[in-house]
Amino acid sequence: MWAAVIFLALLHAVIVFAGFIAPYDPVGQNRDLPFVPPTRLHFIDAQGFFHIRPFIYQSTARPQSLYEYEESGVRAYPIQLFVRGPEYKIAGLFSSRIHLFSVEGPAQIFLAGSDNYGRDQFSRILYGGRISLGAGLLATAISLALGLLLGTFSGFYGRWVDESVMRTAELFLVLPWLYLLLAVRAFLPLHISPIQTFCLLVVVIGSVGWARPARLVRGIVLTAKTRKYVVASRGFGASDQHILRRHVLPHTYGVLLTQAALLVPQYVIAEVTLSFLGLGLSEPLPSWGNLLANLQQYNVLVSYWWMFAPALVLVVFSLGYLAVADRILKQLQSITV
Amino acid sequence: MLCFLFADLAPGSFFDEITLNPQISPETVAALRSHYGLDQPTPVRYVRWVTSVFKGEWGYSFAYNRSVSSLLTVRAGNTLLLTGMATLLVWLIAVPLGIWIADHSDGWVDRLCMRTTSVLLSVPELVVALGLLYLVVRTHVLPAGGMVSLGFDQLGRWSKLSDSMMHLMVPVITLVLSSLPILLRHVRASMVEVLNTPFIHAARGHGVARARLLFYYALPAAANPLISLFGFSVGGLLSGSLLVEVVTGWPGLGPLLLEATMSRDLYVVVGAVMSSTLLMIVGNLLADVMLVAADPRVRMQ
Amino acid sequence: MAAEQAAKRAVKPALARVKALSKQYVQRRAFSRTKFVVDALKNVDLEIQPECLTALVGSSGSGKSTLASCLAMLEKADAGEIWFEREEISHCSARELAWLRPKIQMVFQDSAGALNPLFSAAQIIAEPLEVQGRESGRQVRRRACELMEEVGLSADWADRSALAFSGGQRQRLAIARAIALQPTLLILDESLSGLDLVTQAQILNLLADIRVTHSLTYLLISHDLSLVGQVADHIAVMHRGTIIERGTRQEVFGGAQHEHTRELLASTQTLESAFRTARPGMRP
Repeated sequence: MWAAVIFLALLHAVIVFAGFIAPYDPVGQNRDLPFVPPTRLHFIDAQGFFHIRPFIYQSTARPQSLYEYEESGVRAYPIQLFVRGPEYKIAGLFSSRIHLFSVEGPAQIFLAGSDNYGRDQFSRILYGGRISLGAGLLATAISLALGLLLGTFSGFYGRWVDESVMRTAELFLVLPWLYLLLAVRAFLPLHISPIQTFCLLVVVIGSVGWARPARLVRGIVLTAKTRKYVVASRGFGASDQHILRRHVLPHTYGVLLTQAALLVPQYVIAEVTLSFLGLGLSEPLPSWGNLLANLQQYNVLVSYWWMFAPALVLVVFSLGYLAVADRILKQLQSITV
Repeated sequence: MLCFLFADLAPGSFFDEITLNPQISPETVAALRSHYGLDQPTPVRYVRWVTSVFKGEWGYSFAYNRSVSSLLTVRAGNTLLLTGMATLLVWLIAVPLGIWIADHSDGWVDRLCMRTTSVLLSVPELVVALGLLYLVVRTHVLPAGGMVSLGFDQLGRWSKLSDSMMHLMVPVITLVLSSLPILLRHVRASMVEVLNTPFIHAARGHGVARARLLFYYALPAAANPLISLFGFSVGGLLSGSLLVEVVTGWPGLGPLLLEATMSRDLYVVVGAVMSSTLLMIVGNLLADVMLVAADPRVRMQ
Repeated sequence: MAAEQAAKRAVKPALARVKALSKQYVQRRAFSRTKFVVDALKNVDLEIQPECLTALVGSSGSGKSTLASCLAMLEKADAGEIWFEREEISHCSARELAWLRPKIQMVFQDSAGALNPLFSAAQIIAEPLEVQGRESGRQVRRRACELMEEVGLSADWADRSALAFSGGQRQRLAIARAIALQPTLLILDESLSGLDLVTQAQILNLLADIRVTHSLTYLLISHDLSLVGQVADHIAVMHRGTIIERGTRQEVFGGAQHEHTRELLASTQTLESAFRTARPGMRP
């Protein structure tokens, strides 16, 4: 289990330090080099010597052809570590110019190719991860908070509170969320600032998905409520708050954790979907969604396979989260039994 | 269950928010506004709208310049075709496969199934759709996208049918691949649980033949949670179909809603959302009916 | 005879008294008109003498647990009065009950269910002290350890989870928790059922010891008449929601008035004699 958690943590660290790891600015364009395939790393040079430090050749456009490139073997550009490059901000506070790796200009290292504006996909994926993952995590937090609140209320106070909350939850569970999201999005101004878009996205995605956690929490609260130790607590005059805090809620943590591990990938996918459709974050800010939106164009889909890279990253993240969720579930089952 | 009718009311309440939206004005001239009755106070408009909905007139699309209902009927039908086909296929595959796997639980088949479903679950619908499109385009096996090929009208009846079917393949396969893993897992889990109950052991002890055992004894008992699942999955399937339709170009409610949202064609938006809600309600009612028919315990309540 | 009994009873004022207590449980099936009505208590009168062990005996469903719950203010009766230390408490509000709660404490049957598995032993015992806010953190812990020692558990085990203890030890924990607030009345709801005889004897000894040191009054609820016969000062027999027999141990065991009591008494004899006295068609 820990392998999965560590793996996931590493992936997140990479995203968090996107500025440091990405060699280029995500919005920096290079109109000379649109749709460059991923740069190949070489270890053996033209003379057949092996170098430990990989190097690249500069890609230049093939004469008289569009979007075809060849490597000019003239000069080898070794990959350098801790290079000075475009400025970026760490955690929005400190700015720095040091990047993990890069090559000297005019060569550019496109680990994941470039798009039609010549922007480095690798950097864009990393920066886009911030947005997509961030949206997923925040939305999950909102869903869990709502679910915990409503589920506890519903389970603890029972009767008509329970009935009404559960019926509403059923409603939310059944509704097609994408249609709902679109409808809500439709009734709001189309051109709003990126920050507003982001917040809106997060709030809407999060508030649609509270139903499942709420149900699960309610189930746990109901069982815990009938336990004799809760009755005994009442016997020494414990308040509702005390009982909730010390006896009931601790049992919900396991469920909340599993739900978190399951919801994060779902919400990331939701954000990606929305941005893909053009209703989320828009250009030039990268998000895995609008990166994938390029694939809607026929020529891109057919010829430029590296544009699928964000999809791969998405799948890897989902796999990681699901593996962790699986493990937590197994652990939980072994405890409660 | 009857309270799903609430959903019918919910889209209606969106209408009130139109007045909050200033974007309407640039799109329409003041004269048009009065023509559409937009300058009347909100409650009046709401009442008029609701009555017109029941009369079958669902408003007028600004962008398409046709009545919303004519747009919707065609599109909703397409979506229904797609989702209906996908649902059918998914259940046709998942149920027998799930039963078979449950029968061989703890074997290598089971483990393989769990692994593959895990992986498939991680792949979002979007990626499946895109990936499938890519494959199809590269290999030219199936037409990629759209509902009809060029020159459709000149084809004979059977060719038309087969052409539509071919175009249906990609979106349907996408939907099936996305919903299959979770359904398979549920079928398997449900069957495994039932197969471990005493009454199955007793039946086995009586020497009941395997096939009969599985289908006649075990399946009905396992059906209850599955039918409830069906009810819940309808919503998810509709959402999925929206995305798939947009990506593969299948002309259903999805692309319509998207365009309408982008162009602020609000009547269409409301109409599309309501249709999808209707579809969802129908699906759930179907599920409820099936539940009552299948499980005598529910009837007793 | 009756006058003598009345005279004996009048010596000390009763610690707690229940008058004409009634309670019904109504269960409605969802979406249907049918109701199941269970008369748990019908006009019950009972007195509990201070510093005695009063036993409430009866088979399952006779209403003894309901009576105990009502007395401990864990459930509200439908009708009747409850007197405790000369105050009528059945209509008290929650705030008024605050002074009362510590005085009546309960020990349950299922010790595993009555102790939170996520808590350590010390936390379990300390909880009532924390809730009542009587002492500060460190003192609470010290007091918890003291209580553990008092009930015969080593204080070294203070941090073990409740699950790590055996059944008998868990009941000791439950008792320690119950006496933490220094109650006057301790209700033992089938606390000895489900324990083996040796452990039962040990717990009984413990109860006898702390009864003196803490000046406790016990209300023991049990279906086991033979057990009750060993320890009870006063016995009340319940059957289907009413008290059919009451008196001191000698009175009840000596000459039972009600047929059901006699059946119960008879069943406490050995199996052989139970078979002999049993006849087909007897009421449960």
